[in-house]
Amino acid sequence: MATTACLGCSTRARAGEDPPGSDERPQKGDLLVFSEGDQEGKLITAADLRVGGPPIHAWPKDPTTSVVRSASRLNEILIIKLDPADLDEKTRARAVDGIIAYSAICSHAGCPVTAWVKSDVGDKEVFKCMCHNSEFDPRAGAQVVFGPAPRRLAALPLALADGSLSVAGNFMGKVGGTQPG
Amino acid sequence: MKTSMIRKQWLLSGLVAFTCLASTAALSGPIESYSPVTAQRLENPEPHNWMLYRRTYDGHGYSPLDQINTSNVKNLTPVWTFSTGVVEGHQAPPIVNNGVMFVTTPMGQVIALNAKTGDEYWRYKRQLPDDLFQLHPTNRGVGLWEDKLYLATTDDHVVALDAKTGKVLWDTKVQDYRKGQYLTLMPLIVDGKVIVGGSGGEFGVRGYIVAYDAKEGKELWRTYTIPGEGEPGHDTWQGDDWKNGGGSAWMTGNYDKETRTIYWGVGNAAPWPGDSHPGDNLYTASVLALDPDTGKIKAYHQYHQNDSWDWDEVDAPMLIDLQRNGRTIKSLVHPGRDAIFWVLERTPTKINYVAGWPFVFTDVWKGIDETGKPIVDPAHKPVIGKRVEFCPSLWGGKDWPSAAYSQRTGLVYVPANENFCGGFTGEKVPLKPGELWLGTKPEDIGLKVKPGADHFGELQAWDPATGKKVWQHNFPKSHLFGSVTATAGDLVFVGGTNDRYFRAFHAKTGELLWEQKTNSGIVGMPVSYEIDGTQYIAIQSGWGVDAQRIQDALVTNNIGIEANVPQGGVVWVFALKK
Repeated sequence: MATTACLGCSTRARAGEDPPGSDERPQKGDLLVFSEGDQEGKLITAADLRVGGPPIHAWPKDPTTSVVRSASRLNEILIIKLDPADLDEKTRARAVDGIIAYSAICSHAGCPVTAWVKSDVGDKEVFKCMCHNSEFDPRAGAQVVFGPAPRRLAALPLALADGSLSVAGNFMGKVGGTQPG
Repeated sequence: MKTSMIRKQWLLSGLVAFTCLASTAALSGPIESYSPVTAQRLENPEPHNWMLYRRTYDGHGYSPLDQINTSNVKNLTPVWTFSTGVVEGHQAPPIVNNGVMFVTTPMGQVIALNAKTGDEYWRYKRQLPDDLFQLHPTNRGVGLWEDKLYLATTDDHVVALDAKTGKVLWDTKVQDYRKGQYLTLMPLIVDGKVIVGGSGGEFGVRGYIVAYDAKEGKELWRTYTIPGEGEPGHDTWQGDDWKNGGGSAWMTGNYDKETRTIYWGVGNAAPWPGDSHPGDNLYTASVLALDPDTGKIKAYHQYHQNDSWDWDEVDAPMLIDLQRNGRTIKSLVHPGRDAIFWVLERTPTKINYVAGWPFVFTDVWKGIDETGKPIVDPAHKPVIGKRVEFCPSLWGGKDWPSAAYSQRTGLVYVPANENFCGGFTGEKVPLKPGELWLGTKPEDIGLKVKPGADHFGELQAWDPATGKKVWQHNFPKSHLFGSVTATAGDLVFVGGTNDRYFRAFHAKTGELLWEQKTNSGIVGMPVSYEIDGTQYIAIQSGWGVDAQRIQDALVTNNIGIEANVPQGGVVWVFALKK
């Protein structure tokens, strides 16, 4: 599973090597960079996204300090481009040219949401956490469609200017797994 | 609490308010009288208690209580229940020491209860870190020593609690949860040592077993399950494979008090495809014999070499005196995840192979050689670059849920799974600390039902001396994924099915004698205890983790089984109707 580069970065955080801001949550104006693969660290533009997925895994990056906020795995983001006609009203309102973003951390046990596969309970592709099989529909605000997850993935508003993507606000909803009450 | 209750009653009708006030009678608070746990009490536990994972150090999972027996079990009825407040797999046995019950749950809770009334004394809730990634959100119980309890956590700490109050006495970090290190087992307590083994076989850890001083939490010894450079067995690995070769040790060991030897099971090799770590890969998929004072490895037996199937052999073998061919064998009995029912002989310096036979269908092994090494069929051994299918599935013939042994019947009761096969395509994946490292895509892992299968779960009763199966109960629409407990009432208790039932079987015949539908599915361990002349049976019902994973795979196979097993933990306690 090659989608959770964030965990390695936490190691650096412990060693005190992380620059300030690298464990802070995404902030308005942050840019987005690939968190894995051959293009790791490279800026993500709208041109990198194909309609219909798969999602790109990303870190937020402070445009002023150039610090990548990879010191907390809770900052990992899924960015996907879908046909706006497939999105529900609320999700479409938040989308920029069909592009939407969510936290990559499952709301059940905090595992990374790594798969883009056909749902166990429908014919559409969904985000899936392979730890415990929770599925989320990005077309409908990442609501839970299967599995033990108690709530949707937190959404991250995006802005698009001249093909360049940036963060437009804080996470909407709680990031991370469930704690006992 | 009282204030809020009083305020609340103004909002309620008279009748409801009365009920509400009455419930405040069960005030939580410290335990007034607690019986300290000693070495002598753990070595020879009173029949009315359940203080070790399997009640006794030999791992039998047997209660000598017989008030509840084959003739009256039909009158077994719930006497109290208690909601734990959390979801996921409730795998822990309710631990009982002279009328006090300690229950652990997922998310690092310990709940102290009056074992007779179900009233809560106190509750400890671990504050788990926000960024914790729980592949196995569960816990299997607290260890007891003197007036303390010991909890192993999924954020990789061992925590000592005051048994009377739940107050934290010490909290020791074991390794780093951010690197995929975590703990789910009940600590083994031997002579004031708190012994745990790490999880993380799916994260490329190098497994270990570690002992802490019970008083202060100081580390006493740590034994890696994969030998380092210069140590015997290191040459069963190539290059640097040993550094991340798996061998996690995530289940509680058993203990031979006569020879002062701990027997501890060791998990799968990592990553899964065998050709990514050529060699026998000691001591993965093995049992280790350890000196509890030093952690020194006295002996070992490797169940299978170059593990390629995720077949952890972490469930510790049962210590059973067997009459075999006219002599008594001090045996180790282990129904393996690798589908082989293993009978070994333990001596002070060696573990000898005695016998082995498949207890469910397997196409992986062509036989077992005279030294006890299974002979593999390469067509069913996963490798990098192609899809390989094998039977049983990666959950094996029997996963971590414990079998039980009855001294009265001489039989071993195995929660087995039949008619499952699995497969995956091995691939080279770079290791990143803290990330899953399976050697395949998680979405590629398959569980297949054999064509024509008429059942999945099997409760099997074996005579380990002769290798004869005496009876078997089949579960047509469910796997069986819960630990088994036997009693002197000639009963065998087990949950483990997706229909939420808790059941009692006749230990001699396999006849189903009693069943109770519960709130959720049961993946926990039944226990028995006695207070004031009444025998109780206790179990946690709370489905989750791998039982749910198999359930999801079964539903995907579309074979008309129960799709929804509700989650949420409840402690159930039963006694005979008076």
